[in-house]
Amino acid sequence: MYAYDEIDRTLVNERVSEFRDQVKRRLSGELTEDEFKILRLQNGVYLQLHAYMFRVAIPYGTLATNQLRALAHVARKYDRGYGHFTTRQNIQFNWIKLAELPDALEDLAKVGIHAMQTSGNNMRNVTSDQWAGVAPGEIEDPRIWSELIRQHTTLHPEFSFLPRKFKIAITASDHDRAAIKIHDIGLKLIKDEKGETGFEVLVGGGLGRTPFIGKTIKHFVHGRDILSYIEAILRVYNQYGRRDNIYKARIKILVHELGIEKFSREVEEEWQQIRNSSLQIDDEVIEDIRSRFTYPAYEKLPHMPDELRQAAADADFEAWRKNSVAPHKVQGYSIVTISLKPIGKPPGDATAEQMDALADLADKYSFGEIRVGHEQNLALPHVAKRDLPALWKALDKLGLATPNVNLITDIIACPGLDYCSLANARSIPIAQELTRRFANHELANLIGRLHINISGCINACGHHHVGHIGILGVEKNGEEVYQITIGGRADEGAALGNLIGPGVKFDEVADVIEDVVEAYLALRERPEELFIDTVKRLGVEPFKERVYATR
Amino acid sequence: MTSPLEQKKIKIAGPSVVTANRTWDGIVVYRTAAKSWSADLSEAAIVRNSDEAKALLAESVADDVGAIGPYIAPVQVGADGKIEPGNLREQIRRTGVTIGQSAQV
Repeated sequence: MYAYDEIDRTLVNERVSEFRDQVKRRLSGELTEDEFKILRLQNGVYLQLHAYMFRVAIPYGTLATNQLRALAHVARKYDRGYGHFTTRQNIQFNWIKLAELPDALEDLAKVGIHAMQTSGNNMRNVTSDQWAGVAPGEIEDPRIWSELIRQHTTLHPEFSFLPRKFKIAITASDHDRAAIKIHDIGLKLIKDEKGETGFEVLVGGGLGRTPFIGKTIKHFVHGRDILSYIEAILRVYNQYGRRDNIYKARIKILVHELGIEKFSREVEEEWQQIRNSSLQIDDEVIEDIRSRFTYPAYEKLPHMPDELRQAAADADFEAWRKNSVAPHKVQGYSIVTISLKPIGKPPGDATAEQMDALADLADKYSFGEIRVGHEQNLALPHVAKRDLPALWKALDKLGLATPNVNLITDIIACPGLDYCSLANARSIPIAQELTRRFANHELANLIGRLHINISGCINACGHHHVGHIGILGVEKNGEEVYQITIGGRADEGAALGNLIGPGVKFDEVADVIEDVVEAYLALRERPEELFIDTVKRLGVEPFKERVYATR
Repeated sequence: MTSPLEQKKIKIAGPSVVTANRTWDGIVVYRTAAKSWSADLSEAAIVRNSDEAKALLAESVADDVGAIGPYIAPVQVGADGKIEPGNLREQIRRTGVTIGQSAQV
């Protein structure tokens, strides 16, 4: 966990007071909606179909148990008893009242949580690998650098009014769980030949109506230079990024239009002017941040405790363990992913009761720490293997032991037309139906790793472009129509999916996905060949043929 | 959401209402003939031509403290005078999410 200092606490508290005053002036009519809108957006407050939506940041996906309990408290006291974890390590509350928002923010501020820069044209919540600090083989904990960037970019005056929103993600592992290639800036922690820590820097990734995979702009930037390099990128973007057309305002468009070579020359020129300035990071700064992250006092535990050996006889436990439990960098411990994708339920939702109970379990089994991943699941990062059977039983009682992590029912879905004012079509009901179709665990297991991502409009909050199967809802002649893509992925091999054919109606989506999956099962060379690899090998055609031959 | 300014250019194709979200709590509201807001669609003022729609929208936009983001939305008016939303979006705004119980337990 990271311990905030007095500066952080003062900043968050002052922000609450400031927003309380702004809300008061809005409700009295002193501020018009036009004047207030930018202020509420800077505090994570949107207007959705039914109500205001309040988006709270979970920086680099790390939560302490008192923070998760505070989120549960907000869900219970100010909302309708649940929250929705998003694809960018945030949580959203869908039914919040503007008049009560300052109180909710004040309650969150008491545990160091805020909503600053979770919306608006500024630097959004810095995201990272939900396994940061515990993943075997990672270079080092990427949250140290995430926190450095968070501090530097929070309320940064030069970057508070960018052409458009700006998102940074950081990973320190070869396997990218932070989806860095679909971010405005993606950072991969690496070591150079001297063993110095630095970053491969990618720029210009993003989804939405014009999707791009990020391109490497510099193969190695030393850690001490990372703030100046990011700042150079932002300055070039701030200067040349389009402000006349919202659809062409993201940095990905600028990088695409200039070309990565010209863009990188502009950045290099800017960087050389600011590189040897106060933006250069002293080792002491990094060490100070590092010292504020506390790590558990791990015990020396056996690799295979008796409790785990005995529990292996239980098929249900084994089904859960196989998909939910991952290796930890410390022997005798595991990382446990908690599926927020129960069959037939909205992906990413958790009730206040579940959040409270999870906080208790994290205190008991995970040194008081919870993580949030971009796949809309949670994780307990430090679970002793001997505790896995007991944890599984406790999760099962809470409805949180669905053994579907990374399987076909582990679906990413945006809120869609059920909540979102931008959406053209519903996402959640599609996800619900698909989880029911593939509810049989043996079938899901037979299919293997397969990510379905669903968006209810072209803004792509459900990351449909990079789903192994992507589903995009659009509106055509007053009807919901869904376009299906296959072959996308969001990891280190990030790729955009390809359309398989004409859109299909709401009621046909699940049938079409079943056809695609049946085609895959028939076409794969061996059971170990993943869906994504079969698509890569064969292309879209055989799937297209299967789906549209009889339609 | 289409801005009110853009909507001023739109000719309505049938009976319509002006809808928005109430400022203090965000709930869905409809402009009434009594120049106020109601959460009940049956109390909404119905407009049937472009001039009426523009006038109702202008009046609604002026009430910035009462509700935000007003826009013209199509409705269907039954023979018995019952007003129903004219599209799925407005149906969802009126009756709520279509996903059953949102909470997981």
